[in-house]
Amino acid sequence: MISLADIHVTFNPGTPLAKPALLGINLDIAAGEFITVIGSNGAGKSTLLNIISGDILSERGRIMVGTQDVTTWPTARRAPLVSRVFQNPLAGSCADLTIEENLVLAFRRGQSRGLRPALNNRLRDQFQARLASLELGLENRLCDRIGLLSGGQRQALSLVMATLSPAKILLLDEHTAALDPKTAHFIMQLTDQLVTEHSLTTLMVTHSMRQALSVGNRLLMLHEGRVVFDARASEKVNLSVNDLLNRFGSDALNNDSLLLS
Amino acid sequence: MSFVAFLGAIETGLLYGFLSLGVYLSFRVLKFPDLTVDGSFPLGAAVVATLITQGVNPWIATVGAMVAGALAGLCTAVLSVRFNILNLLASILTMIALYSINLRIMGRPNVPLLNQPTLFDDLETVLPVWVILLVGLGLTKVLIDFFLTSDLGLAMRATGMNPVMASAQGIYTDRLILLGMAMSNALAALSGALFAQVNGFADVALGVGTVVVGLATVILGEAIFPSRTVRWATLAVVLGCLIYRLVIATALNADFLGLRAQDLNLVTATIVVLALVLPKANLLAKLKR
Repeated sequence: MISLADIHVTFNPGTPLAKPALLGINLDIAAGEFITVIGSNGAGKSTLLNIISGDILSERGRIMVGTQDVTTWPTARRAPLVSRVFQNPLAGSCADLTIEENLVLAFRRGQSRGLRPALNNRLRDQFQARLASLELGLENRLCDRIGLLSGGQRQALSLVMATLSPAKILLLDEHTAALDPKTAHFIMQLTDQLVTEHSLTTLMVTHSMRQALSVGNRLLMLHEGRVVFDARASEKVNLSVNDLLNRFGSDALNNDSLLLS
Repeated sequence: MSFVAFLGAIETGLLYGFLSLGVYLSFRVLKFPDLTVDGSFPLGAAVVATLITQGVNPWIATVGAMVAGALAGLCTAVLSVRFNILNLLASILTMIALYSINLRIMGRPNVPLLNQPTLFDDLETVLPVWVILLVGLGLTKVLIDFFLTSDLGLAMRATGMNPVMASAQGIYTDRLILLGMAMSNALAALSGALFAQVNGFADVALGVGTVVVGLATVILGEAIFPSRTVRWATLAVVLGCLIYRLVIATALNADFLGLRAQDLNLVTATIVVLALVLPKANLLAKLKR
């Protein structure tokens, strides 16, 4: 359903600082797939997400979503197709807006925005119902500013925002990396629940091999801008952290953070 | 301070209220440090004075002034958004250019509007000028509140607060910056147009320091009436305007201070510094106790 063909990205092209980030990525993502992406620092994981979201445009190649060629579309134009949760809990919401204002911004993703009042009681009821399922007590704090929430609460809210209106693909960019282990576990459970509930096609970048193996039904390993390993459903189930280390321990995984987490 | 001086201060405060709401849109909502208003305020005055002296209906002339202001704001926004010129520099460039344009529009540095029809002619027989201005400013505030709490206005606020998040939510941030800057400078030009009609002249030097006055009133309002919601924030801006003018008038009228009209800018700068420093030092909270 989503296909990337021959994607190339170079940072600072044409300067002495030029650094290739992606070197010919070819990737087909089927509807309903939950792909986890691992790789050492600088492997191109985040760049891959930014290519799909439109924050970075590919130098050549093609990106198709369904039957639409979105290669040259900027982020805002792709937003109806792509939803996203950022690594930094502060990045995915507006601290000075209230919970309900942030939610309605996400609710209107992919719709045109006019001069109607942004909020009404029907929407508030809808938001309350969604927030109640989180069991964080946020449903009674619709008028609180987001800045008052903890990192974990903000990330849970970001997940709700990302799943509030339909999208072809959900991008998760190390979205548990900035959280403490307990909160990270809660956010991961919530992710799994929301992805299953809405049968979302998902691409999740993670720095944790254990996390990459325990969730999802496909695993990609990037190294120096290329896909070096692609494990599908049955193959992935039998993988262990040691398998990954044995196969790629020498070069692709020379990164302590990957081994320790 | 005499009653006449008091009314005069209120009237000037209300005149500059439109400007302050515009400055609130650029500086606070879009987080765009916009000095264009130093040019669009006299632009509004220049356009309205020129049109009225050529026999155009004052209402149409005032609308024309707002359109001219909107174009000035668009110019700054296009320079910044499309051509990636640093926002502050883009606004300075437009401001400088507007000085020449204003001279071209008027044909000379000063156009008197004495014995010419103005917007206030029909209404003034029924109501004093300050009441008309108060109603107009109140109406404008309510319209801005309505806009900022709509889907589009919320998108504009998100654009100013977190542009990365905004575009991920499908908001075309560039377009909203264009729209916001046009609105902001249309309000500044409206302020200038009304100023010219109330005071009976347009002058090319009218705009010097306008942005500081606008910012001073916004900061003063926020310092005295801190608030989180849009409705209260815009009300604080309007009240800040009135308080600012009263403080200026009091300072200049207080004989024991020995201040004169030429000290106006010094007083303005002092007020801005106090409004910025006092809330941080938490002195206001202590004084309130």
